[in-house]
Amino acid sequence: MTQPPDPAAAGLRGALRWGLTGGMIMVFAAAVGMVQVFDESRIVIHPVLSMGYLSLFWFVPLAGYLATKVKVLEGMTAPPTGLRNVMLGALSGLVGWGMLAVFTLLINAFNLRDIFVKLSPKLVILLTFGRGLGAGLALMALAVVLLSAAGGALHLLSRPWRRAVILAVEWVAIIALLESVFTQVLRQLGLIRVGRAVFDEGGVQWWAALLIAVLAGGLSLAGSKRSGPRRNRLREFLAPADSRRRTRNSVLAALAVLVLLIALPQLMGSLLSDLLANVGLFLLMGLGLNIVVGLAGMLDLGYVAFFAVGAYTVGVLTSPVSPRFDLGWSWWAALPVALVVSAIAGILVGTPVIRMRGDYLAIVTLGFGEIVRILFLSDWLAPTFGGAQGVLNIPGIPLGFTEVRGTNPQAILYFAVALVIIAAWVSWALQESRIGRAWTALREDETVAAAMGINTVRAKLNAFVVGAILAGMGGALFSAKIGSVFPKSFELLVSMIILVVVIVGGMGNITGVAVGAVVLIGVLGGPRQPGLLQEFGEFKLLIYGALLVFMMLRRPEGLVPSVRRSRELHADELTQDAWLDKGASVASTPDPARPGGEAS
Amino acid sequence: MALLEIRGLHKSFGGVEALAGVDFHVDRDEIVSVIGPNGAGKTSFFNAVTGIFPPDRGEVLFKDRNLAGLEPSDITALGIARTFQTVRLFPNMTVLENVMVAQHCRTKAGSFRAIFRTPAFRREEARIAENARNILSFFGSRLIGYRFDQPAFSLSYANRRRLEIARAMAAEPDLLLLDEPVAGMNPQETAELIGLIRRLRDEKGFTVVVIEHDMGVVREVSDRVAVLDHGVKIAEGSYEQVAADPDVIEAYLGRPAAAG
Repeated sequence: MTQPPDPAAAGLRGALRWGLTGGMIMVFAAAVGMVQVFDESRIVIHPVLSMGYLSLFWFVPLAGYLATKVKVLEGMTAPPTGLRNVMLGALSGLVGWGMLAVFTLLINAFNLRDIFVKLSPKLVILLTFGRGLGAGLALMALAVVLLSAAGGALHLLSRPWRRAVILAVEWVAIIALLESVFTQVLRQLGLIRVGRAVFDEGGVQWWAALLIAVLAGGLSLAGSKRSGPRRNRLREFLAPADSRRRTRNSVLAALAVLVLLIALPQLMGSLLSDLLANVGLFLLMGLGLNIVVGLAGMLDLGYVAFFAVGAYTVGVLTSPVSPRFDLGWSWWAALPVALVVSAIAGILVGTPVIRMRGDYLAIVTLGFGEIVRILFLSDWLAPTFGGAQGVLNIPGIPLGFTEVRGTNPQAILYFAVALVIIAAWVSWALQESRIGRAWTALREDETVAAAMGINTVRAKLNAFVVGAILAGMGGALFSAKIGSVFPKSFELLVSMIILVVVIVGGMGNITGVAVGAVVLIGVLGGPRQPGLLQEFGEFKLLIYGALLVFMMLRRPEGLVPSVRRSRELHADELTQDAWLDKGASVASTPDPARPGGEAS
Repeated sequence: MALLEIRGLHKSFGGVEALAGVDFHVDRDEIVSVIGPNGAGKTSFFNAVTGIFPPDRGEVLFKDRNLAGLEPSDITALGIARTFQTVRLFPNMTVLENVMVAQHCRTKAGSFRAIFRTPAFRREEARIAENARNILSFFGSRLIGYRFDQPAFSLSYANRRRLEIARAMAAEPDLLLLDEPVAGMNPQETAELIGLIRRLRDEKGFTVVVIEHDMGVVREVSDRVAVLDHGVKIAEGSYEQVAADPDVIEAYLGRPAAAG
């Protein structure tokens, strides 16, 4: 048994740790140029908070809160809250301020721009609020300490109040950051005046922010008085333990999303429709990759290859100016060919790599992915695929009454939704069949799966080919949407982004992949596609990476986990619980150490 | 005619000869025990027969068919299913799914039928689930009802062993290979499993080969006992014959000091 931790020392340690983390995040945001770029681009709350200062200070109150947060396990008494929480929160802020102040003095004293391009005098002015070094640093200290003390003071509030405050801040942030969506929707609804009044320069007016905060907080308080705990209702709805209810709930959720998707393009205008179409495209490929990685457990890092094969096949067959042929087929005629060619590509790539396991499979698929891109780029195949020029003038999808193409984002969005529904159905149908069970068994224990009569090579190849076909479908949509295909569109980065969508969303879970695609591609943006937060532009990959690391540490099963995956990842805790339960029941048996006979 | 006929089975791992020329046969409707001290080559014998570690030399004939070069899944499809010494279930699949998945080689709906949910597919799925429930009810009330939807890892040790046997039964084999089925069980559970192994043959018609250390079990269930030591079969016969065999006693207890 270990000694119970000394609360004073633990508190100091927490304050120091989170203060340093907060300081690091602030220095990092300033050093990579986020603060400066964002400050010029946008206001969040008019006129007090710019995006730049938000990117600088967002973690400070969180650090203040985390500094004295103690995980209360069952049977432990929660430590008393008091002035101590506020003081330690403030201390964490002071530590963070120290780092930022030293950083400011450094870039003020030395010219480091030759090494770090973003460290300009402008940054010093920003960090000191334009008041000169002395006054600026003092002001900065005041701001940081106040913010972190406020974070610490959250501990003093009772649960419902704390939730109300957090919710209020969240809603202000959401509405302010997604200003473009709200203005657009308000405009379509004929409420453009409301939009003009509430929003300004990409942010909300201060009075509107206040109103939103009061409303959100008030509603939360009223809600918590009415019923008991309701925090995880959505999560329970999307991923309840019982599998039958889970299926039913996901169907309901899918229906709701469908209705929303039919209404949305009309409300959203072309810019946002285009953005959502990109989400659909990545969701389509995410669902395909989810079969390969999430269900069959093969880490495929070259998934973009099949996307490229589908896109190029459609491009070459339909474009009237394709380099070698002049077929000018309809998209509908080219689609089946593209799917068949993708399937063949899946077999060709899959056959040699399928006997490998784990890391080796990942490396080899990575290689194949690049090989495909380089082949399309090569001089050797340039007469057919156009080399770096690619295939141009790809027509849209003829639908009789209209033609679906990139210039009509609403039509593309509807079409993408239709394809996504097909892909989701295919994933679900395969998952809930003997093939899906065989994939799961393979992922759990390949040797035993083989001994139980599952032909491992065939089952894996099957997953690979289904994944390739879905990616090919994505490619076909892509080439009709963009109207041209270049090797540059099929970089390794695309494979990575799709994989991150699957991982962050929740591997092995269709709803999870959808959430991942909306959050990542919709909000942050794809490798070449802008998201809602367009100003992230050059920092997009940074955010992707940070998010991935955070998720791996804190929530490896993803935002909306599959039940099985979270079991796998939290097996220790669960088995411990099962063991504890067992101790209470009578019918169960003791589990003595097995006598002898280890390796006969 | 023998169901399983093995001649001159050899298998070495590096310099260690796990199997050094084993001859062995199993007739239909027999229960045969394979015993021997630790490291005698019993599990290697199972692995060689089921194709997990194919033998270096020697012949394995099952229903007069040579199993050389066949994949483990093909061998299971021909009618040999096994359990593992260290229980190896699919821990995150439910109890029912564990049994359903083992019917893979007895069913045939492909991706196409699954995607379009054809009537044939639905019938087959229903049959798979029905079979799985029937097989699980063979073990009394232990693995049925609310247990169907529990993940396998949450089962008690004895139930995991039972589920592994159920999973092997679901592959509809003629020959069932059980690797230490009572290891880690208490006396009461052991007694129950003895009855169960007999029922596997009498009611379900499986031919059974058991690797076992518990001599009580071996005496109760076996029609015939084969003894392995250092990869060689040193004795074979009824339990009484084998128990009295001086070579067997020596293999287990060592040579008396006076005689050495």
